[in-house]
Amino acid sequence: MLQIKTPKTGRARREVQKRAPKLVESGKKTLILHGTKTSDVLNTVLSDIYHLKKGESIKYSRKNDSIRPFESGGETSLEFFSLKTDCSLFVFGSHSKKRPNNLVIGRTYDHHIYDLVELGVENFKSMESFSYGRKLAPRLGSKPLFTFIGEGFESVEELKHLKEVLLDLFRGEAVSNLNIAGLDRVYVCTALSSNKVLFTHCALRLKKSGTIIPRMELVEVGPSMDLLVRRHRLPDESLRKESMKKPHELTKKKEKNVSRDSIQGKIGKIYMPDQQVGEKVLPNKAKGVKRERREAKMKGEAKKQKQDS
Amino acid sequence: MAEEYQIDLGNLMAFDPHHHFPSLPSSREELVKQCLEKGTKLVQAVADALFNLPSTDDPDGPIVTLPQPTTRLPREKPLPKKKPPTKWEEFAKKKGIVQRKKDKVVFDEQTGTWKRRHGYDRVNDDNDIPIIEAKATDEPGVDPFAKRREEKKQRVEKQEKHRLQNLKQAAKVGALPSHIQLAATALPITGTQAVPRKASKNELESVAGMAATSTASGGKFDTKLAGEKPPKHEAKYRKFLPVAEGSGMGSLERQQTEKVLSKLISKNSHEILNVERAVNMYNVKKDKKRSNQQQRKSSSNSGKSSSKLKPKNNKPFKKTSFKKGPSNKGKSK
Repeated sequence: MLQIKTPKTGRARREVQKRAPKLVESGKKTLILHGTKTSDVLNTVLSDIYHLKKGESIKYSRKNDSIRPFESGGETSLEFFSLKTDCSLFVFGSHSKKRPNNLVIGRTYDHHIYDLVELGVENFKSMESFSYGRKLAPRLGSKPLFTFIGEGFESVEELKHLKEVLLDLFRGEAVSNLNIAGLDRVYVCTALSSNKVLFTHCALRLKKSGTIIPRMELVEVGPSMDLLVRRHRLPDESLRKESMKKPHELTKKKEKNVSRDSIQGKIGKIYMPDQQVGEKVLPNKAKGVKRERREAKMKGEAKKQKQDS
Repeated sequence: MAEEYQIDLGNLMAFDPHHHFPSLPSSREELVKQCLEKGTKLVQAVADALFNLPSTDDPDGPIVTLPQPTTRLPREKPLPKKKPPTKWEEFAKKKGIVQRKKDKVVFDEQTGTWKRRHGYDRVNDDNDIPIIEAKATDEPGVDPFAKRREEKKQRVEKQEKHRLQNLKQAAKVGALPSHIQLAATALPITGTQAVPRKASKNELESVAGMAATSTASGGKFDTKLAGEKPPKHEAKYRKFLPVAEGSGMGSLERQQTEKVLSKLISKNSHEILNVERAVNMYNVKKDKKRSNQQQRKSSSNSGKSSSKLKPKNNKPFKKTSFKKGPSNKGKSK
């Protein structure tokens, strides 16, 4: 006999259902953890990232000596943590002589590593070192804007990859409706050279401009740092294809014979087949209209006429 | 100006692919300032596009509907798989059976009230039936209530079996409902990950026991692991009784052997007397006795008349009914 196991409480069931694959995914959770050794800078970087993503990130505070994302066999416990916490993004910090202030940002697909970017942190300024008006502080969980500046993000493969990863890491929940008044933060990424990116976090100030579009003003609120791209691993091509699959149910079917006009609105075309009036049977078959009766009647009349003559 | 930038409104992202620093500013502040200036321009470009979108007013602020993002990001988990149809669903489709909606409550004629169709205090509840009418086909001595209950139980079991079968079929495709796990597994959920099977405690113990006793000495001299228990002895232990004769315990051994011996002898004693043969012999003897007696009787009869006439006498005696005449004729000849 096969054993089946189901959650015993409703809460557990809901929790399990939350983790199930969904047609439309809402947002990715981030796991923040570090290796055996971290520097003071890196600790602040990790906690700043945690604060930026508060609500959708989990921070581990223990040392992890078995995690080496780029080496084979070093990702097993990372994948396990991803499964355990249901996170599909991770930020792993480590510090060594060879790679000081090392930050590995990676994504997982189906709880297996999808891609990795290794960054070195330089010229770091933490959130606390910035002073600004209290009103300006971005609210928790607000949708950020992104700006990427520099041709490197298009021409250099590493930076192109980094751009996608940073976007995935900080964009938060995918939304369709947005309150424009709630815009209050921007991530500004500038490519300084082929492997160096300046990354800062700014608050947005909407100023009156006389038109409906307000004038934007950026105020740096930190963290701000230079990211030096070290190693990176692109996703496997087949895995990439699979992960980019669009659900069949969500693709809209092409609407035929309908067009939209700015003045007339929705315009539909209707095709009518040729009406074959002669061959059509009349819907109302009253007794008198029936063919047999009519014919019989006519016959009877003909006989009568014969008899008369 | 705005055409220079690539704007992805779905992600609220602006990208300037043409910007290039002619020469990096020497001081850090200068560099950051330049970056922010450029960033402000880009943000303004995003805002231009965003504030031009049709919006609906809300007490908190204008709400716009964002278009689909143009930069595609990978999914976090594979697409959910479609559940295969159950056996019943397949059958219903073949037969064209369509599910109809049923009311949750049904009028109960027995009590004259509205009751639930299923669940507690439902219509036609087995517990509510006080009397079952006897039929001519009823077997005497069978409790009809117990029979009803038993039948219901069997139906439930059958349904459970079917459910499991359908779940197995779904598991094969990988479309099991997320809250159900087949067999014991470590962590649930996720699309494609193979379900690791967990061995039960008993299985592990038996395997460990087998491994431990597979040395020549039966694992007697092996170093024991921490927490390892000696393997369970499945068979009965053999008991040896004292051989020295005496009373009580001492006589037990004798009794035991005698028991075995008597059993053997009684078995063979049965074979000593071959009943079949004995019966045969008895029957044969009886037959012989009877035949001897008959012969003696006949010989005493023939002593009175002539012995030569005996067969002649016998003949007419046998065929009296139709050969009387001719035989007489023959005699007269």
